Amino acid sequence: MKLIFERSVKGRKAVELPKLDVPLQANLIPEEFIRQELDMPEVSELDVIRHYTALSRRNFGVDNGFYPLGSCTMKYNPKINEDMARLEGFSQLHPYAPEESSQGALQIIYELQQYLKEISGMDAFTLQPAAGSHGELTGIMIVKKYFESMNEKRTKILIPDSAHGTNPASATLCGFECVEIKSNSEGEIDLDDLKSKLTKDVAAIMITNPNTLGLFERRILDAAKLMHDNNSIVYMDGANLNAMLGIARPGDFGIDILHINLHKTFSTPHGGGGPGAGPVGVKKHLERFLPKPSVEVVDKKYRLNYNLPDSIGRVRAFYGNFGILVRAYTYIRSNGFEGIRAIGENSVLNANYLLAKLKKHYHVPYNRTCQHEFVLTDKYLSNDVSTNDVAKRLLDFGFYAPTIYFPLIVHGAIMIEPTETESKETLDAFAEVMIKIKEESVNDPEILKSAPLTTPVSRLDGVLAARKPILRYERTMALNEPTH
Amino acid sequence: MKYIGKIPEELKYTKEHEWVKIESAHGVIGITDYAQHALTDIVFVELPQVGKKAGQFKPLCVVESVKSVSDIFAPVSGDVVEVNDNLSNNPEHVNQDPYGIGWIAKIKVFDESEVKNLMNAEEYKKYLEGLEH
Amino acid sequence: MHYVSNTEEQIKEMLDVIGANDVSELFKDVPQSLILKEKLKIPSALSEMEVGRLLKSIAAKNNTGMISFLGAGAYCHFIPTIVNHLLLRGEFFTAYTPYQPEISQGMLQAIFEYQTIICNLTGMDAANASMYDNSSALAEAAIMACRIKNKNKILISRAVHPEHREVVKTYTNANSIELIEVGCSNGTTEIGEHKDFAAILVQQPNFFGLIEDLNAISDFAHENGALLVVSVNEPTSLGILKSPGSYNADIVVGEGHSFGNPISFGGPFVGFMATKREFVRQIPGRLAGQTVDSEGRRGFVLTLQAREQHIRREKATSNICTNQALNALAVTITLSTLGKELKNLAIQNLHKSHYAVNSMENAGIKRVFTAPFYNEFVVEVKDLKKASENLIKNGILPGLDLGKFYPEHKNRMLFCITEMHTKEQVDELVGALSSD
Repeated sequence: MKLIFERSVKGRKAVELPKLDVPLQANLIPEEFIRQELDMPEVSELDVIRHYTALSRRNFGVDNGFYPLGSCTMKYNPKINEDMARLEGFSQLHPYAPEESSQGALQIIYELQQYLKEISGMDAFTLQPAAGSHGELTGIMIVKKYFESMNEKRTKILIPDSAHGTNPASATLCGFECVEIKSNSEGEIDLDDLKSKLTKDVAAIMITNPNTLGLFERRILDAAKLMHDNNSIVYMDGANLNAMLGIARPGDFGIDILHINLHKTFSTPHGGGGPGAGPVGVKKHLERFLPKPSVEVVDKKYRLNYNLPDSIGRVRAFYGNFGILVRAYTYIRSNGFEGIRAIGENSVLNANYLLAKLKKHYHVPYNRTCQHEFVLTDKYLSNDVSTNDVAKRLLDFGFYAPTIYFPLIVHGAIMIEPTETESKETLDAFAEVMIKIKEESVNDPEILKSAPLTTPVSRLDGVLAARKPILRYERTMALNEPTH
Repeated sequence: MKYIGKIPEELKYTKEHEWVKIESAHGVIGITDYAQHALTDIVFVELPQVGKKAGQFKPLCVVESVKSVSDIFAPVSGDVVEVNDNLSNNPEHVNQDPYGIGWIAKIKVFDESEVKNLMNAEEYKKYLEGLEH
Repeated sequence: MHYVSNTEEQIKEMLDVIGANDVSELFKDVPQSLILKEKLKIPSALSEMEVGRLLKSIAAKNNTGMISFLGAGAYCHFIPTIVNHLLLRGEFFTAYTPYQPEISQGMLQAIFEYQTIICNLTGMDAANASMYDNSSALAEAAIMACRIKNKNKILISRAVHPEHREVVKTYTNANSIELIEVGCSNGTTEIGEHKDFAAILVQQPNFFGLIEDLNAISDFAHENGALLVVSVNEPTSLGILKSPGSYNADIVVGEGHSFGNPISFGGPFVGFMATKREFVRQIPGRLAGQTVDSEGRRGFVLTLQAREQHIRREKATSNICTNQALNALAVTITLSTLGKELKNLAIQNLHKSHYAVNSMENAGIKRVFTAPFYNEFVVEVKDLKKASENLIKNGILPGLDLGKFYPEHKNRMLFCITEMHTKEQVDELVGALSSD
């Protein structure tokens, strides 16, 4: 398919501004600052509509079909959320409008913080971080600041080998050394390994619970106690919070700092890779380190408080991804306490149902009751068929692929998270296809190795893209696309 | 069946699958045939800077495949005196000819006796056969 | 109102397949002491009608009815109608990061187009798929520069957006990087004597709307063996101003929200970052690249991924994962729609803001700085509080109180005039401002 630049026709226009209604003046800016060329596509409005409509048809979202991408919580994104975020009172509000003119926006921030506190059991929240990894960074900055305030030099952060890659990356960004903690044979943190690495210079542990294998860390209380006895902090990556909504709360099992992904747990759309929002919750003793400003209520008026001398500072301009906060707020109010609990229950029910249907056909490395997701492996596939082949073949059947080759501790991992919004019929249809693919690995492995067969392009050459990077269109670029 | 690959007689090897060829106080360094095969298609070699001091078994540089990154460790200590600039545009040379045009760096060796910490071809072959994967 | 599909009967059937009697059995791994016994203290569920009513009533507490001349990092610009129609296509907005390229060509190609447009605007070789916003992009640029130069000191102009400077400070603090502020007593950056720094960070146009002399700053940086990082907070200016690349900038970051993303109380916005070819492997975040499929057809993939956290983990160039893809798509669609009309848009911003300044000066309101400016400017008012009240009385939001960020600029207001303002609105502003 053509690029928008390749549709450009000299002199064509899609939009015209009103005529300038003030007098033209000469030499407002010295010539030396003025730009000579402006390379932009020249297309009509219809060109733009057709182009991006065509592009959208080469993409796949939750609206198109089942999206079992593990650890990404690809649930349905209610449309009402979009309408609410677009209300003029929210979308046209300037961040520097006076506080009296922004009471509604501040109320959203304040009340959403209250709801997240209640759901997670934490004592205070900031909604400033723009994504989960941004929340992690914020959380680790708080860890660093906390020990600085105690005049303690702590240099290490413990991270389980099953953790998401953002955990070590965030820790390193704050100058910490990462120490890996092994998982035991049941897929949980090995407490003996934890003990052996828990020295006085350990600042924190970054736990994911339920972990990336979809398993609840049964000895979480023991792990937290070990850390606290060492005066270390327990950080939790809340990427998998969906499983626990209304069931149990991180704040009750010893978590000191938690980040939540509103674009996972609270249904704000992923937008093809963002925007998200990564609120951070902390326990009381860490509240004073949260980013500024905070939102408070004084005399029934909401106000921004910048006077926070111990704060780590700002992590983002203004107040975070506000439009995402409106969507999450709408979602929580639509669900209510009863709906929130239904999310937790049904996400775990759906995952266990799918696991029950698949475990006779695929190898399950940790055969236990799972939480919101579970991991299969490539072990029972025949004829050298790989996890990647299974993922590609699923695309031919109208499903997105699960998360693959993660967590790293499972060979050929296939990580499946159905979410609560999928129906039994969808799960049945998916299970049927997974079983069929397993059979294909015996009877017709070639079809798996050449899949996908029905997508706009077949398997792409990632090696070429990395060895000879082409990261932008240039007019001289040869078009190697055959005409259809 | 496990891939062992070529193991030239005249070279010395590390457990991390680097090779070194020592000649008149200089060592040419690269990765083994087994390593290039395990890494699959190499897309980038982050060459060390000339002048860098390398410590034996300490990270020297990094090679990337599409979905992995691997440290390359120096088989012996020394100063980096030359790097294979050709790899910047042709990382595939490491896959095609790991002991020839796919060499990575040349270092001036501090202490030739460090070689005793390395394996010869026969020992490396046995070592590979004993590995699990 | 909730969004669970399973019926009571289906739940029973599913539990049978699992071999459990009750959903609570599925949580047997959670220690009993942790299982919540009480309902969450959250209001009961609302129907769509009710939640709509509720949110509308909250939105109504925000007063967006006044004429606004506020800029300062959040700019009100024309958004073509088609942008929202295209963004709301579920194939885009309900998709995840394009990890399966064969079924994500739409988003991948859109990212490739976005990268191209950002390169064209900034005059750089390569751009990433987006950052959270301008402030975090600037902070990441500082860290990237330190990594490239293997140094630990950054200079930042005091004329960079104050909140962006705060974010840079938070990041550099966490990284133990020394951050030195460079003054701007006449409104533009004064470089002074500095040595041994990794980069100097400046904003163009700067926070006061002024156009910096990037030639001099670029020479200063490069003569000291450092990098020039240029931050473009108001990117419509690139419709008329020379690109940072033409001043030999090494890293260019900026805010893309001006193109197609509403101000929305400051977010979601979309940061951009671009650099020279030689530094591409040091850039944080995702990159889309062109390749071919097994039949030789052009296609796009995420590439150079070995830089990123999911592969390089603690050695990654950044921890960024989720970015602002949908906002970047809005940028791409908006700029495709505007095309070369972007130049006219920039010209209108320039002329309208100068018309406003001229009118104010004629009415005896003094402009504070003399350097050339784009669409923002600073004026002196006698009594800021009184002036603000007067403006509000006339249905106009006050300009930014500069004293809030710069104690040396008390009783000074920053105004922004864009293509959205009519001559009549500008005249009203001038009238209201000069009436005391």
